[in-house]
Amino acid sequence: MARTLINVPKTAKPGDTITIKTLISHPMETGFRPGTDGRILPRSIVTEFICRFEDEEIFRAELFPASAANPYLTFTWVATRSGRFSFTWRGDGGFDQTESATITVA
Amino acid sequence: MIGHRGRSARAVDRRGVLAGAAGTALAIALRPAAAATALPRTETTESAIRRFAGDNPIRPGRVTLDLPPLVENGNTVPLSVSVESAMTPEDHVRRIGVFNEKNPQPNVITIHLRPGAGHAQVATRIRLADTQRITAIAEMSDGTYWSASADAIVTLAACLEG
Repeated sequence: MARTLINVPKTAKPGDTITIKTLISHPMETGFRPGTDGRILPRSIVTEFICRFEDEEIFRAELFPASAANPYLTFTWVATRSGRFSFTWRGDGGFDQTESATITVA
Repeated sequence: MIGHRGRSARAVDRRGVLAGAAGTALAIALRPAAAATALPRTETTESAIRRFAGDNPIRPGRVTLDLPPLVENGNTVPLSVSVESAMTPEDHVRRIGVFNEKNPQPNVITIHLRPGAGHAQVATRIRLADTQRITAIAEMSDGTYWSASADAIVTLAACLEG
């Protein structure tokens, strides 16, 4: 399991625009870089990030080798009700990880 | 220093200075060529943008692209994109595509947004293999495309060094 950092406010007022920040530890090996033996290292990157709120997709990113290592993304969402955000990262070599965070809107 | 070979600093003559200057000029001339051959591209930037936007016209405006103008380390470059939009179901940004000119692959990131996001505003960190121009293109819900570009000078390139 790769380490993740997820920053979602614990509480918000209805109608507040919240900022969601996510980071996952991943080397994002580009597939263009030679290793110590001079041969090109195989590509191993996160290719897709999806954020859902209560099973509704609210944000998706397609990632490419041009993403820096430990891909970091911030985006916004308007809080309307309490619920759970889920964050899924998928990538090369069957990489698949999901984390979640809850918010209380009142 | 080529110009100082076998001489004390005080005894530097005209020939020595010229040889040193020529060496520096040669090094500068060689550098862009070396960088270009090291990175064969998988696809041109134009064709990647056309895959994103089809044949639709792309107009400048509505998009703000923030990138440091001088990048010390190309391995991690902060990038943020925002698009003027109310993000309502009637009028919102559907996608934002970011493209580079000189990395081995022209795509940087593609973002899919939904109405209700509040702002069309995204930040991430990217890799830059060379001094180049980055372009962000936004697809709006009415089917129009808007773009912004930013130049970045890169001193330490990503991808080349281990």
